[in-house]
Amino acid sequence: MSAIQVDKIAKTYSRDKLVVPVLNDVTLSINEGEFVALMGPSGSGKTTLLNIIAGIDRPTSGRVSVLGTDIAGLSESELAKWRARTVGFIFQFYNLIPVLTAYENVELPLMLTPLTKEQRKQQVETALRVVGLADRMNHSPNQLSGGQQQRVAIARAIATDPDIIVADEPTGDLDKVSANEIMTLLERLNKEFKKTIVMVTHDPSAAERAHIVRHLEKGDLLPGEERHENA
Amino acid sequence: MKIPFKYILRNFYSRKLTTTATVLGMTLVVVVFTVAFMMGMGIRKTLSVTGSENNALVVRKSSQGEISSIINREVADIISSLPQVAKSSEGKPLISTEPVVIFIQPKKGGGVSNLTVRGVTPVAFQIRDNIKLVEGKTFGFGSRELIVGKSISKRFNGVAIGDKVKLAGDMWTIVGVFDAGGSGFDSEVWGDSEQLLSAFQRTSYSTITFRLSDPKQIEQLKLQFDADKRLKQFTPEIERTYFSKQSNQTSGFIMGLGVFITLFIMVGAIIGAMITMFTAVANRTTEIGTLRALGFTRGSILISFLFESLLLSVVGCVLGLLISSTMSSMEVSTINFQSFSEIAFNFTLNIYIVLGAFAFSIFMGLVGGFLPSWRASRLKIIEALRAA
Repeated sequence: MSAIQVDKIAKTYSRDKLVVPVLNDVTLSINEGEFVALMGPSGSGKTTLLNIIAGIDRPTSGRVSVLGTDIAGLSESELAKWRARTVGFIFQFYNLIPVLTAYENVELPLMLTPLTKEQRKQQVETALRVVGLADRMNHSPNQLSGGQQQRVAIARAIATDPDIIVADEPTGDLDKVSANEIMTLLERLNKEFKKTIVMVTHDPSAAERAHIVRHLEKGDLLPGEERHENA
Repeated sequence: MKIPFKYILRNFYSRKLTTTATVLGMTLVVVVFTVAFMMGMGIRKTLSVTGSENNALVVRKSSQGEISSIINREVADIISSLPQVAKSSEGKPLISTEPVVIFIQPKKGGGVSNLTVRGVTPVAFQIRDNIKLVEGKTFGFGSRELIVGKSISKRFNGVAIGDKVKLAGDMWTIVGVFDAGGSGFDSEVWGDSEQLLSAFQRTSYSTITFRLSDPKQIEQLKLQFDADKRLKQFTPEIERTYFSKQSNQTSGFIMGLGVFITLFIMVGAIIGAMITMFTAVANRTTEIGTLRALGFTRGSILISFLFESLLLSVVGCVLGLLISSTMSSMEVSTINFQSFSEIAFNFTLNIYIVLGAFAFSIFMGLVGGFLPSWRASRLKIIEALRAA
């Protein structure tokens, strides 16, 4: 079953009087439980496509359906609620809140749920255990290495148990060892926890860990896909 | 608000320098505001406990104060025969005919100031029963002696017991110090009414104060004065009410000036808060983008930044009130615009001033924080995330 259905979306940005096309009639279908990597040179539109799928950007035209919801039709506040429920975010630079501890960072998206404090505690501890940082929950981000910070960010992304995880260059700021750990963790989330993952990456070795790799160039989604059966 | 309070609080503490500078700006506003109002309230409080609720004080209509009032002896005789004037156990009217003059005396801290001298009759001590001699003796009626209020003995040179002051060309000896219970009389010098009249070669009094047989009759008495052609140039008032009204011009001026200065500094403090909050938004653009991506709404972002700005102003307010409250036991003096003489009073902090200070601070926090908070809430998620 298709978890994400992107139909002929286009995206343009207007700068002064100049209209810059970023995506041109992109159509893409991602099934539930798939792990898809989007690759392409800078400016190819891969991050824009990811942002549109994640509901933090809107297409200029076209339709995006995620788990049966036409997200282009949602209002700003509906979209915020939808993101909180449905999508977990992993960013290149982790984007942890520096004044909060690892525990509090992971708890943040849970503040938007009706869970009690005790229920939130259980969820946070579970998420931090999954990423192997249960013993660092009281550390602030600046007390953690880059790889550890990204693992906290992954714990934050899975804390609300969303169906979809979007990752924008999750290994882009990490050394090889840490990058490998992060990719292993993403694979585990996909296989063990059945998360649908859409990842933007420049890193071919990271892309190899995905089931499917799609390439974008100058706003177009290139036909054909790389499938990694071993992934 | 869904964004946790600890996020706001820790950000508040994390930028110590700008937070401190902004808080101090707010503190300054609150100190200026509260001190001005504490002065105004102090003057009001001092004059509102001056005199008695049971006495009537008669002045010439349209006189701005006691020193500009003139009442001749014939009028004094008419008033003393009114049935509303209470009588002593010996059947004598409880009335004090009082000349009020001012003279210049050097102050202890340097400079000079006007002092009020009130001539009184022996009855004055009967109808103002809160006057107590605390040092020396009372002046002798028929002699050129004076007693001084306790505020004056603390603040002026040459008014200690045994000192002589020059009044209307004659030397008068200070023989005692009296306590008037923190009222305006503490800032006066008292002597014999007749001695003062003769020294100043005056034939008329300034005011007449008498004990009312029934204080409720004051309105009826006013009508009686208006109806009597011999008395209609004069007006009676409850003594305490008269002195309380005397405080309005001076306290109103000080409080008005306080508000005026406060408003000026407030503009600076608001701009300071605005700059601090704009900087906070600029420094935390990626955080804002992240919070929005996680599902926090524009409203949550707006409230969280506004709350942070309010925190700045409330902390500034509390600090300002703490500084101001240390002055509440301090005695200071100023010129009473009605009597042109020095009046000593204590800074008075009350709940209305505290509430006013909080209202001012909340206003500053809201105005200073609104634009930056609004900007934070209107940031586009992808643009905010790109700031990383």
